[in-house]
Amino acid sequence: MADAADKTNGRTGEALPQPDPAGYFEGESMSRRRALTVAGQAVGGLAGAIIVLPAVGFALAPIFKKPDELWESVGPTSRFTADTYKPVVFTLVEGIGEAGKTTAFVRQGSPKYGEKSSDYVAISTRCAHLGCPVNFVAAAKSFVCPCHGGVYDFEGKVLGGPPVRPLDRFQTRVVKDQVQIGPRYSVTSQLEPVRYRDPGEYTGGIWNYIYPPRPDTPPAP
Amino acid sequence: MKIPDALIPPPLKKPHRPGEEAGPNGGDPLAPLKEAPADLVGWLDERTGGGSFLTGLLYRKVPKGTNWFYTLGSATLFAFTVQAVTGVFLAMFYDPSPTQAYASVTHLTNDVFLGEFVRGMHKWGASVMIILIYLHMARTFVFGAYKYPRELNWIIGVTLLILTMVMGFTGYLLPFDQRSFWATVVGVNINGTGPFVGPYLSDFLRAGAEFGPATLSRFYAIHMLLVPGLIIALIGAHLYLVVKLGTTAPPWLRPKRTKATVREERV
Repeated sequence: MADAADKTNGRTGEALPQPDPAGYFEGESMSRRRALTVAGQAVGGLAGAIIVLPAVGFALAPIFKKPDELWESVGPTSRFTADTYKPVVFTLVEGIGEAGKTTAFVRQGSPKYGEKSSDYVAISTRCAHLGCPVNFVAAAKSFVCPCHGGVYDFEGKVLGGPPVRPLDRFQTRVVKDQVQIGPRYSVTSQLEPVRYRDPGEYTGGIWNYIYPPRPDTPPAP
Repeated sequence: MKIPDALIPPPLKKPHRPGEEAGPNGGDPLAPLKEAPADLVGWLDERTGGGSFLTGLLYRKVPKGTNWFYTLGSATLFAFTVQAVTGVFLAMFYDPSPTQAYASVTHLTNDVFLGEFVRGMHKWGASVMIILIYLHMARTFVFGAYKYPRELNWIIGVTLLILTMVMGFTGYLLPFDQRSFWATVVGVNINGTGPFVGPYLSDFLRAGAEFGPATLSRFYAIHMLLVPGLIIALIGAHLYLVVKLGTTAPPWLRPKRTKATVREERV
């Protein structure tokens, strides 16, 4: 009787069955206290998730947003020649005023580089090292970056300095004798188009997997 | 039989109760007022137990040889406080929209009374804070104060250093001039060069593939809400561990080998 006294509250009537394991009654897989603890934590966890998950999704959503395709006219076809670049300014991101504008250097396609003369080449000024604005130096027929000394040749291929790949390009098209500039794309060292990547990231071969393409960038042409 | 009060010599007199000079409130009508501050402190202490907490915090034992190098942590805390206070006042004038940010900073600097001074405190204070953190860290390293049982406090301290760097990085964009814009472009792209996660990290920082309408406000929120909250919480943990574990003596101080300690060691 003495060993069951704690479960009988001092009554000396018939003994209750001895719980096994301690704290559990016959046939119970879980004690009342344990069940309430689990239920309490589950409700708390659910309430926490209801608050945290939307907040995290809210902060991460821009990564998965499909970009709008913007095309903007930058001048008549007669303005651009095959032997040199002309700078054009257009809006890259809408809604933030001057900060959303960027410069590109545009020329006519040249058979010398295996391009059709009906096509137009638009080179981005965003340095492939860390994104500073490069400038086209007509006398040297090359692009030069002011920040860390990257130099690119006439086609935008790396001549020297820290850049990891040629300069990015923009898709171009001609509508009613107007040259239009569209989505940005990156190129490999052989100038094959790939999906746009941030500066500082290599392109081509295994690098396409080490720097995976992002869903918020337009597909390569 | 009660002896008349006047006959008892002063040293043998029963002490008066507080607030009573000679009889209830006798003599000094201002006595209850004079007791008021002590009563207020007592009222608070009775309900919060703050007195013993403050005693433990402020009158804790420090080792022999404690010197000016031990004040670098407090100096860093002071620098953080300056940043927090000046930051609050800058936020009253700052407008985190890409079209208005530069104009609001110009207005704050040129037109607002003492605006240039407060902005200067925030700008230079940021550098001072980083310098003080490094000096504090060097003191901890050179004195060996990171060793058992204080490793966790070292880890918290390094996290605080990183968070302070994040503050510097996000705060640099806010004036939104050419320098801060391009410096942030470069900084975000350096983040992007990390393999596998880098491209997504820079997308998260920019709120998209390009610097967009949400980028500046995102940096602003990180700069003035997210990271300061984390820093304050971690400073609390850092100080708790300092008080709990105590500070270390400088390495050039060895415990004196008195006869008693030597004998103890031999036993």
